[in-house]
Amino acid sequence: MSLAHETIASLRRRLVKREITSADIVRDLVAFIETKNETIGAYLSWDVDAALAEAAKADLNSPLGGVPIAIKDNINVTGQPCTCGSKILAENYRAPYDATPIKQLRSAGAVPFGRLNMDEFAMGSSTENSALGVTRNPWDLGRIPGGSSGGSASSVSSALSIAALGSDTGGSIRQPAALCGVVGLKPTYGRVSRFGLVAFASSLDQIGTLTKTVEDSALLLNHLCGHDPLDSTSLDESVPDFTAALGRDIKGLRIGLPKEYFIPGIHPAVAAAAQAAIKQLEALGAHIEEISLPHTDAGVATYYILAPAEASANLARFDGVRYGHRTASATDILDHYFSCRAEGFGPEVKRRILLGTYVLSSGYYDAYYLKAQRTRTLIRGDFEKAFQKVDVIVSPTAPSPAHRMGDLKNNPLQAYLEDVFTIPANLAGLPAMSVPSGFAEEGGKKLPVGIQIIGKSLDEMTMLRVAHAFEQASGLSHLNPP
Amino acid sequence: MSAAAIDIQKIATLSRLKLTPEEADLYQAQLAKILDYMDVLARYDLSETEPTATASGGRNVLREDVARSSFSSAEALSNAPKSSHGQFQIPKVVE
Repeated sequence: MSLAHETIASLRRRLVKREITSADIVRDLVAFIETKNETIGAYLSWDVDAALAEAAKADLNSPLGGVPIAIKDNINVTGQPCTCGSKILAENYRAPYDATPIKQLRSAGAVPFGRLNMDEFAMGSSTENSALGVTRNPWDLGRIPGGSSGGSASSVSSALSIAALGSDTGGSIRQPAALCGVVGLKPTYGRVSRFGLVAFASSLDQIGTLTKTVEDSALLLNHLCGHDPLDSTSLDESVPDFTAALGRDIKGLRIGLPKEYFIPGIHPAVAAAAQAAIKQLEALGAHIEEISLPHTDAGVATYYILAPAEASANLARFDGVRYGHRTASATDILDHYFSCRAEGFGPEVKRRILLGTYVLSSGYYDAYYLKAQRTRTLIRGDFEKAFQKVDVIVSPTAPSPAHRMGDLKNNPLQAYLEDVFTIPANLAGLPAMSVPSGFAEEGGKKLPVGIQIIGKSLDEMTMLRVAHAFEQASGLSHLNPP
Repeated sequence: MSAAAIDIQKIATLSRLKLTPEEADLYQAQLAKILDYMDVLARYDLSETEPTATASGGRNVLREDVARSSFSSAEALSNAPKSSHGQFQIPKVVE
């Protein structure tokens, strides 16, 4: 078996014993990427020389020493491209600095390697909005990997990476993790610095992990969290050793099932896998109870007002002056802005900039933006109430398994509605993760589905404890597509 | 809050986006449909509800006013599509 199939935990054991070197892992990954990436399309670029140079220097005694980590293409790594899946950054941008989480990974000995495809500026749930390449679901090449961190999820699933970083604004780590059969974790808002993550919706964005196992997500999370003065929303909170959550039982833990998340319209295989998971959690000694999150139906509308509003402001920086695509045809400065942006941005990004500009514009601000900020308060309140009664909340991650490529391409509203279960955790700033919970059968192919575990604010520990207990009991871990 | 009458060209101008007539028609129709869906929020009485701007709690974050290192001029210009004499270059704005 290639080293590319292994986990962070197993590679670390072998690196510490000096059975293998960091360069061995990089070379095994490169061999896979060179044969399989053309089909899967997980990576947009990979710099073998830079990775081998870093691998040679990696301190194998550090906690992540020598382990290559693949990076979503919206997180800055010095000297590497950072396209955000967009033509506007594809021509010649090279990151002049490391994002804070990259600095932290490096100081733990990890080797950032490779740039992963994504929906343009993280806007989408299928990776079909990338302007730079097609990414496929390793379980069925005719289907989407999910998104926006579709490159991250498909790379981990198909052993093109050991583990990957992604970003999650409305489900962009958890949903592709579910659809590709891997573990995806979004920390509490403010846990991980956003410095160096290209901003989409600043009050919702959070960097997190995509891994083969729950253990690996705890190992990585240990070296991503912490206060950063360069991000004003970064929380100054102590960071526990998240691996302490592993292997603990969940006897007596209270698990809430929001009745608004178990509704007709969910794909039968998703519902069945969720029910089986709940039975399993109950058998492990957890108390299961129904709860209510009464404002769930406001989630999608709230999100698709707030996120585009923030995006329209954040993406104003793409002016063709300081970085990014510059038009060849401009006659004056205004025409320069209009043309640089029209030529550089793709359709979904334009749609969201227009939507965001509209909801912030004079005469509509109160009716849309301010109203959505108020319904966000109601949604946060739902969770505050629920978490007085339960320790974690469990639901399906996404309402259906992976769609066929192109199925939702011409129906943006339908595509937005697919985010119904993942959006509320972002609006409330809560930690949430997806773990594999079973399979749907479609056209003779097995398609992974996931359950979502939402934790209390800053309580990633209990969330990981439940995830690990479930993973060990279900055996749905480290899944390999055919 | 009917969205039937979005002035898409005005919004595009505010957004600094040049739209083709086909794009304008498409986005006009898609935005109308999306904004109609937002009416789901109308069912809630929000008169007593405070807005939430961020989940981490609104607070001012200040630092001591001390100098710290940052990009050199060359680093800051390294990604500029056009620069000249150590500065960003833009189309002429004064005759």
